[in-house]
Amino acid sequence: MSNANGTMNLTLKVWRQKNAQTDGKFVTYKAENISPDMSFLEMLDVVNESLIHAKGEPIHFDHDCREGICGMCSLYINGRPHGPKRAITTCQLHMRSFTDGETITIEPWRAAAFPVVKDLAVDRSAFDRIQQAGGYISVNTGGVPDANEIPIPKVIADEAFNSATCIQCGACVAACKNASAMLFVSAKINQLALLPQGQPERYRRVQTMVAQMDHEGFGSCTNTGACEAECPKEITLTNIARMNFDFFSAKLFREEEVQEIDNN
Amino acid sequence: MSELKQTFNSSLGKKLIMALTGLFLSLFLIVHLGGNLLLFSNDDGYSFNMYANFLTHFPPIEVIAYLLYLAIIVHAIYALVLTIKNRKARSVGYAVATKSPVSFSSKNMGLLGSILLVFIVIHMGDFWYKYKFTHDVGYKEYRTDITSGERTVTDFKPEKPDFEHSLSYADNTEITRVKDIHSRVANSFSILWYVVIYVIAMVALSFHLLHGFESAFRTFGWVHRKYLPIIKFVGVWLFAVIIPLGFAAMPIVYYLQSLK
Repeated sequence: MSNANGTMNLTLKVWRQKNAQTDGKFVTYKAENISPDMSFLEMLDVVNESLIHAKGEPIHFDHDCREGICGMCSLYINGRPHGPKRAITTCQLHMRSFTDGETITIEPWRAAAFPVVKDLAVDRSAFDRIQQAGGYISVNTGGVPDANEIPIPKVIADEAFNSATCIQCGACVAACKNASAMLFVSAKINQLALLPQGQPERYRRVQTMVAQMDHEGFGSCTNTGACEAECPKEITLTNIARMNFDFFSAKLFREEEVQEIDNN
Repeated sequence: MSELKQTFNSSLGKKLIMALTGLFLSLFLIVHLGGNLLLFSNDDGYSFNMYANFLTHFPPIEVIAYLLYLAIIVHAIYALVLTIKNRKARSVGYAVATKSPVSFSSKNMGLLGSILLVFIVIHMGDFWYKYKFTHDVGYKEYRTDITSGERTVTDFKPEKPDFEHSLSYADNTEITRVKDIHSRVANSFSILWYVVIYVIAMVALSFHLLHGFESAFRTFGWVHRKYLPIIKFVGVWLFAVIIPLGFAAMPIVYYLQSLK
């Protein structure tokens, strides 16, 4: 909460790192006269402005839409991805969630598969490569199909849609004690595996995407549930169970899928 | 790499092995607790000694026993392999420890499992190893009157050191000579620090299974709105409460009895 002037003075401990090759360190900054109505990123903008005026290097951090839908912003704030509030991204986090005089520690996502690009910005292209490994459906384009041509039960459609709300921000990896990407990967698998359009490639997809996930060097799941607790889109752990079931079905019971992979 | 090898080398495959071995070990605990409740039968260890004798001389049980030892080793090795891989996945740690709301158990499975592994080594070294491979365990002779069912017990010293057990009849009396693991148990459980180790291990077991039982089913992918509450209930009440309490009761009761 704010002081008598209606503003806040904060101490920031920010991770500064020149590039992936050099070691980084924490640098302390003062953030003064911050409005409690600012978003966290706007607060950083104010700090950066003063850094630029002082001919310093501004703090680099990822951001884009600033309305919680693009998945670009990150930041591990005081021990939690996207800060202390549930089900929001950092850009939706407001300074009223902190108290005047507080010290805020800001770190980048920490994962071997997410190398630091600069300061708080990390390279999340590992997620893109997992998607490219099978996170799509192959369809022939043609005439626009009629609405509701393929009947899908509402609960299934809802479940698929819930999985599809994943914005690829990587908070699940950042929160996981094993830096596991399984919540992300499973959401991307299930948004397709639950629907009829996703069926033809269903068992192939789960194998190729899991293989790419392992290749990128993410950890494995211990069903701890930190990912679920920190996901700004509230993707559930059930997704991981669904993915496991499909993966084992594909690997252990589906002969034709096994042969297909072998032939490639 | 063969298809199966590839499957079990994947992150999910390794977790499957953890889940399968873990559940097998959990199932064993039910049998182990059931059998060991014989420690509470007031018959100078007759039924417990007979039970121990049966376990070590019935071939199918012996096969399962070796599968069990294998499961313990595989579970521990895969846990180590996965932990190393998971540590590598976050080579640089956070300065601020996580504040995500997660259970104590799920965060500390490795620590709890390590406590259990140390305990298993102590436990098997003291009972299983001494019973099977040394002559440290004494013998008892139980004479049961067949008509009245009255039983007397005496210490028995066999002529040959590798004597196992015998059953004979004389004068309307059943004479059973058997290795006396019961006295060994009573003796161990009269030592306070030994009892403390057992109780600590059972607390670790409780927390390990509190997360582990449900987690194994999640790894299989058997998560269902209807059945998950049942799995949770069994995991909490049977595996995290009843079983550890039952096991912990044995050293505690024997220790209290030894004080008298």
